[in-house]
Amino acid sequence: MDFGFCLSPSSHVKMDSVDLTTFNRLKETNPDINTCIACGSCTATCTAGHFTEMSFRRILLMLQRGKEDEAKKMIQRCMLCGKCTLVCPRGINIRKILLDITR
Amino acid sequence: MKENILIIGGGAAGMEAATQLHKMGLNPIIIEKSEALGGHIAQWDRLFPAFHPAKDVVDKMLDQVKGIDVRLNTEVVDIQRDNNGFHAVLSNNEKIDAQAVILATGFDVFKAERKQEYGYGIYNNVMTSVELEKFFRTGKDDRINHPKRIGFVHCVGARDVKVCNTYCSKVCCTTALKQACEIKEVFPDAEVYTFYMDLRMFGPGYEDLYLKTQKDFDVKCVRGRVCEVSEDMDGKLVIKAEDTLFGKPLKMTLDLLVLMCSMEKNKSIDAIQQKLGVANNSDGFMQNKDMYLGMNDTAQDGVFVAGACTAPKSLPDTIGEARSVATQVYNYLNR
Amino acid sequence: MIIEGKQKIWSDYQKDIPDDHYFYVRSCIRQAFWPGSEVTFLDITRNKLGKDFYENPYHTTCGGIAYHSDTIPQETAMTIIARQFALMHESGYENYVCSCITSFGCYTETLETWHEYPELEAKIRQYLWDSCKKEFAKPKYLAHASDLIYKFRFDIAKQMKFPLVNVKTGKPLKVVEHIGCHYSKMFPSKGFGGAEYPHVLVGMIEAWGGEVVDYPERRHCCGFGFRQYFVQANRGYSESNTYKKFESMEPYEPDLIITNCPGCPYFLDRWQYVIAEQTGKTYGKNGYGIPALTYEEVAGLVMGYDPWDLGLQMHQVAIEPLLEKMGIPYDPKKKYQGLNGKDLGQPQCPSCMKSV
Repeated sequence: MDFGFCLSPSSHVKMDSVDLTTFNRLKETNPDINTCIACGSCTATCTAGHFTEMSFRRILLMLQRGKEDEAKKMIQRCMLCGKCTLVCPRGINIRKILLDITR
Repeated sequence: MKENILIIGGGAAGMEAATQLHKMGLNPIIIEKSEALGGHIAQWDRLFPAFHPAKDVVDKMLDQVKGIDVRLNTEVVDIQRDNNGFHAVLSNNEKIDAQAVILATGFDVFKAERKQEYGYGIYNNVMTSVELEKFFRTGKDDRINHPKRIGFVHCVGARDVKVCNTYCSKVCCTTALKQACEIKEVFPDAEVYTFYMDLRMFGPGYEDLYLKTQKDFDVKCVRGRVCEVSEDMDGKLVIKAEDTLFGKPLKMTLDLLVLMCSMEKNKSIDAIQQKLGVANNSDGFMQNKDMYLGMNDTAQDGVFVAGACTAPKSLPDTIGEARSVATQVYNYLNR
Repeated sequence: MIIEGKQKIWSDYQKDIPDDHYFYVRSCIRQAFWPGSEVTFLDITRNKLGKDFYENPYHTTCGGIAYHSDTIPQETAMTIIARQFALMHESGYENYVCSCITSFGCYTETLETWHEYPELEAKIRQYLWDSCKKEFAKPKYLAHASDLIYKFRFDIAKQMKFPLVNVKTGKPLKVVEHIGCHYSKMFPSKGFGGAEYPHVLVGMIEAWGGEVVDYPERRHCCGFGFRQYFVQANRGYSESNTYKKFESMEPYEPDLIITNCPGCPYFLDRWQYVIAEQTGKTYGKNGYGIPALTYEEVAGLVMGYDPWDLGLQMHQVAIEPLLEKMGIPYDPKKKYQGLNGKDLGQPQCPSCMKSV
């Protein structure tokens, strides 16, 4: 009989054990990566974002919160049109960073 | 005969107002309860947004008040008013007559232990922004031992109905980023996180400081309020917050947590304020006549206000108000 | 840890309650979970301390379980509470003490709500009259039973036979305290010590010779959370909360957990067994669990009550290692004997966690 007893996985981001290797590697060549203020312009304007979950600001966060696999999966939605780079108020070279992440 | 202006409070507002009134040929008298002029700013190391040494500014202000009548270690214990003006009794039993009174009594720092969930005064490695500033000034604090991971909590005692302070304390955001950069300067290997609800970078050069904080100092700004602090077996701090932009709760271990304490009304002046007939506003600060053209005036003719006694203010705000109060007093005396 | 900081908070959150003449109401689930606890409370207060604690046989549940699992509206719960207050009034008492934490939360919430909305109180007064022809008076003082044991902790210490000390090492036992959420999270000023650093159980541990363990997830809910456990699909959350707490307290190697809520000791006890079955992990030493006891059970143990009279055999986690640490004599043969000496039969032993 199933009583429903189970250990649910914790939804906490455990910052003590997050692997930042990829993010730190990106930061070396793209210091702008730190300057995102999560305004959401990139997501709002994203060609793919209108039809999928694609969101560059979330990708940056995913890389800093131990969700690198999810980030890489999300990047596959990108069409590399460059509109996000055009609208970013912090001048982040988003298109280049997207290419660098999967490199 | 020169006319006396009683200025209660010898911080930035009181000193600057006195300087201007003195230049106008009036006779300001500063009553300061502590042993030195300078107020909170004299306890500060460097000023935002450009890391300017606070001592520079304070020294210049002190230089300007040379020759002005100052009573240190003194409080106003009683004040009466009649047709001839104000009659104050000081704690040294001295009596002073004045034509106008300026309340420049500034603020108190929010008592961090009131936010019990942050464990200030309970967990060793939780400190306040004021204490961190003292560390920058003196290089000494037992709690700071080469921390590897440091957190800053914004809005401690501000924007918080639970402590009855619903207002924004205005300067803590910028101070947090300034201090985050400074601690990173001292400990370049440390990871520094700030936990904010909104980052209010309202002044000139402040947004540049934000950019610098992110880009040059690699400080991580997390949007989310720390909800709970506890201590683990090694005496390290375990904090919980939500990364609201990521949409997930977050947990991390820190070596040091700095609480950005808000400004609260300086309550030590309440009795005198009451005698002068000046009310408080809904935030508990002194009520001025109106926030546009009457910011230095109160409901009582001849009683003026300047600086953080009416609301949380930055140093430039305070100096601006101190200068304008001098004009208001001058006009009042020459009406 | 700076103990003075906690002491300051403890002194700020003291509530004024009398030390005698109470109308006592039981908890519906505690009587099933830990049948020895309430009997022990009444025996200690009445017979050991000579106090007047009156119990009226007509009292019922407070309705808290139904209210918290959304099966009755708040007005119904309030009317049940009003009836309890009416019984207190009819019995000639003004001070009300309840055994259950959620009841305490419901009573506090009701009184505060009536204070803010007197028209609601008037409505409930009418409901009670319509349904039972009874009239109620609000209690002058409301207390939780653990408040009273806290208040009497030094009197209990004077009669103490077995302090919370390991007789083999002479060191104090390491005790985790766990407060029921509804004790002070909703109304911090109504609990001894407030909500963040409650003193109600800490005070008992200190007075009886133990050492308090403060671990990172101390403030976290045990996971009972009515809507979590009652709904089958949510039971994983319930278990996971307990798991989180045990993972957090494990490095401190606690000897004992003391609780003041009906659900917390139950879930902190039973989930240890479930976790052991699922993961093979136990949190006590040598394959045992960590006993999670009620404050009455702990008071009874230190005062020298027989462990089986206290009902400690009702715990899934074996109590024997703790009894041995404290040097409390016990007869293993009597563990599963009823009060009349009748053999009650032995429970099936779990596969991972040691039961004796």
